[in-house]
Amino acid sequence: MNKMVFLMNLLLAAAWGAITGSFSPLNLFFGFILASISLFLIREQIAYREYLQRGGKVVVLAASFFLELVVSSWRVLMIVIRPKIQLRPAIIAVPLTVTEDFEITLLANMVTLTPGTLSVDVSEDRKVLFVHCLDVPSPDETVDGIKNGFERQIMEAFR
Amino acid sequence: MMTAIVSILTGIMLIIGAVFAAGAALGINRLPDVYTRMHAASKAGTLGSGLMVLALGLYSQEWDQFMRAVATLCFILLTAPVSAHLIARAAYVVGYKPCKETEVDALSVIKKTDEHHLQQ
Repeated sequence: MNKMVFLMNLLLAAAWGAITGSFSPLNLFFGFILASISLFLIREQIAYREYLQRGGKVVVLAASFFLELVVSSWRVLMIVIRPKIQLRPAIIAVPLTVTEDFEITLLANMVTLTPGTLSVDVSEDRKVLFVHCLDVPSPDETVDGIKNGFERQIMEAFR
Repeated sequence: MMTAIVSILTGIMLIIGAVFAAGAALGINRLPDVYTRMHAASKAGTLGSGLMVLALGLYSQEWDQFMRAVATLCFILLTAPVSAHLIARAAYVVGYKPCKETEVDALSVIKKTDEHHLQQ
């Protein structure tokens, strides 16, 4: 249902581009906003509120991802410029709850770009993600962090 | 006035981006093994190059250039983790051991049983 609403939104944005005779990114973006407003007008007939909440969760996911990227880069930088590098790296196993291919890909990518973690491998049965950690005092806490952070956010945004 | 603000902003972004890119290069030189090096290359490298590309888009002060810079940033964000993951995985499969400080290695158990299967 949500995918249908999103598709409608995209089609309406394309229609806006066709009518105004300009497919520039800015105009299409404006058309997208306009289309979502017009979808709001028929919110009784479609699951608009749910769609809006879902969209909000995707935006929150993207924002937290960028924040984590900045934090992790800063941490790597701080580790690198230490005169004497002392690390406790580890490869840990994170059990996966997400099952879809693109969800696993997204999670693995996000894990790679977040503080101190790098996804190395996924098990054959796609139930375990192997993550290399740069500096882990406690592996269990890191596993919890991934499961309660990104994985839950992905589940909320795409399920 | 507007151009001055844009110039200053561009300069700041370029400098921060360059610092992170330099940090990534330093990390690749200083960290102990291939896995920890991938951390430096994938994170600090992504942020550094991303910031510099965005600065370029901002400097042009044209929407289509800026959108192209944003698209480039998106592709960097999509591809950098994948390549880091592939390099790390290839290194592990070929048999590069993690450095001796590594405390836990959950993969070693799996890979040994895999080899066992292959030999049978």
